[in-house]
Amino acid sequence: MYQYDQYDQKIVEERVQQFRDQTRRYLAGELPEEEFRPLRLQNGLYVQRHAPMLRVAVPYGLLSSQQVRVLAKIARDYDKGYAHISTRQNVQYNWPKLEDVPDILAELATVQMHAIQTSGNCLRNTTSDQFAGVAHDEVVDPRPWCEIIRQWTTLHPEFAYLPRKFKIAVNGAQGDRAAIEVHDIGLEAVKGADGETGFRVIVGGGLGRTPIVGSLINEFLPWPHLLSYLEAVLRVYNRLGRRDNKYKARIKILVKALTPEVFAQRVEAEWVHLKDGPLTLTEAEVARVAQHFIDPSYKVLADDEAALAQLDAQHPAFAQWRAHNVMRHKKPGYAAVTLSLKSSERAPGDITDQQLDAVADLADRYSFGEVRNSHNQNIILADVEQTQLFALWEALNAQGLATPNIGLLTNIICCPGGDYCSLANAKSIPVAQAIQQRFDDLDYLFDIGELDLNISGCMNACGHHHVGHIGILGVDKKGAEFYQVCLGGNSERDASIGQILGPSFAQEDMPDIISKIIQVYLDTRIEEERFIDTFRRIGIDPFKERVYAADH
Amino acid sequence: MQQIIKNGALVPESWHLLPKGSGLDSLPNSDDVIVPLALWLEHAHALKARDGGLGIWLESDEEIESVLDDLSRFQVIALNFPAFTDGRHYSTARLLRDRYGYKGEIRAIGDVLRDQLFYMQRCGFDAFAVHPDRDPQAALEGLKDFSVTYQAAADEALPLFRRR
Repeated sequence: MYQYDQYDQKIVEERVQQFRDQTRRYLAGELPEEEFRPLRLQNGLYVQRHAPMLRVAVPYGLLSSQQVRVLAKIARDYDKGYAHISTRQNVQYNWPKLEDVPDILAELATVQMHAIQTSGNCLRNTTSDQFAGVAHDEVVDPRPWCEIIRQWTTLHPEFAYLPRKFKIAVNGAQGDRAAIEVHDIGLEAVKGADGETGFRVIVGGGLGRTPIVGSLINEFLPWPHLLSYLEAVLRVYNRLGRRDNKYKARIKILVKALTPEVFAQRVEAEWVHLKDGPLTLTEAEVARVAQHFIDPSYKVLADDEAALAQLDAQHPAFAQWRAHNVMRHKKPGYAAVTLSLKSSERAPGDITDQQLDAVADLADRYSFGEVRNSHNQNIILADVEQTQLFALWEALNAQGLATPNIGLLTNIICCPGGDYCSLANAKSIPVAQAIQQRFDDLDYLFDIGELDLNISGCMNACGHHHVGHIGILGVDKKGAEFYQVCLGGNSERDASIGQILGPSFAQEDMPDIISKIIQVYLDTRIEEERFIDTFRRIGIDPFKERVYAADH
Repeated sequence: MQQIIKNGALVPESWHLLPKGSGLDSLPNSDDVIVPLALWLEHAHALKARDGGLGIWLESDEEIESVLDDLSRFQVIALNFPAFTDGRHYSTARLLRDRYGYKGEIRAIGDVLRDQLFYMQRCGFDAFAVHPDRDPQAALEGLKDFSVTYQAAADEALPLFRRR
């Protein structure tokens, strides 16, 4: 992974100094709260229900074992012994003290980490495929491009006070695991006719109050122009995006108002002036960054399915885990393993300091010391030798990190909700846990098959409910917490926004409602059809009829 | 007398900023004035005939493109920040320096605070009328927050990747 040089290190250290002084002035009463607020947000610091929440940047989800140990230490020393993996691959702490944050940032800087621009109306952390560099279906490794974008976004002087937050995601595989169609800018790295890398550029996707699938505005942007084109998009947005209403301020509203065609023309007109200027990427820079992402020293191995099948036969639980949590790797004899943070024991995405330390040790032992966070709020060890899978599984089991539910209904994406977040209309974690308990029978869970269930505690949609095959949204009805259900969303290629099923439900009814929805699917699916396929074939009406039918 | 930050130091303010809605009446002939964009668009001819220095100022939703032909007539272009979180004029300043070749003073006015000065300076502002409630001497510190930057901007022709 990328290693800082003296420049990168200097920037994060000076950022710590800057924030330390801002915090000091705030605490001394020299900096009013309304002026401090955007500054602390741009360092990832929210003020929440119980305490501040600090969001630490994990650029495109990549971590070293050394960094994971520091995250564990921070959870121990400054928090209540746990951390949370966010839906944008970052790490959040729910209980730090405001006056400790400069010290936390200083500790992070010792391992090349920071909280720069993890919140606020600015360019946010760039996200990507958690299997980047190891996926069997990869066309272009997105990581060097993510790092190049990270550096361009970091402390960009022109775009620190945008109309609203701005999220960029990059995918380089045939499958889309980065949800690029629902980002402010989605970039798909592709190969052109001459074998050169370029990008399909999608703009104006997003969730929140107005969920929209993004529009393609550039079919093939040659790689040298990546940054000048991004700068053009951002300048058009910074100048023209609405600032009178924060609910209409995202770029998606501008793209929709102008139409994607006219927006693309505006970008083109701006880009003409920037193209071929100093922002043009050089081969030397791309090579400098890319050298940090070359393959680790893989052994020459062969797949040995027979040996694994034998272990499967002896250990059915291992077989279940292998079927769902282990992904094919580009190298024979290797596998990518997802550690599930979705047992019903803990809030989705939460991990303790002791588990973090264990993950760091396992990464060192089995996966070249590297760890990844996924936007599904799980952790990945991406380079595990297949012959080590059984030993790894046993170690993960002991840590409670081997729930065999990746891609399944109980692998719920869930925001912190009303238990922590001051924006939330309703709690989301208890709903997730109640559903996980309802579907804790593994055979039943496996029979239901591939299904994304996402929960947000308010319409800001941090839990990505619009793009869950089943989405749940917490709403406030006359001061009581209710839950609206939508069906048919999808965040992957061929993305779609879910349709609302109908009137909302009480919290205690949610497991029954989900059971009824699942029963409609099981009754009507054809052979290998996934839930989303059945939904697209039969539409929402059969689900409505079953769920809202008078009880017999 | 009010002081402003100019080229990294405090200097006495010598310009008179006319508020929005001002007319030509009682405009002294030889004072240095910064007039609202609308006044310039309406009375350019009369303003050109004055002896005093001339600048214009733009509201955050006004675009510099409406006066491109006249830029060389303005010794000062002041860009207003109704709130420090309204970032439109960061782009205006960059365009003035990078694209339109403006060499005169670009002054930040309105809700101008210490913690935004570093980015403003990078975008091409060289003068800052710091919010009257704040100490401009303390605000000078805000110009020095970082010694390294990744991006090319008005103060640095090349991005870091062409310098490292």
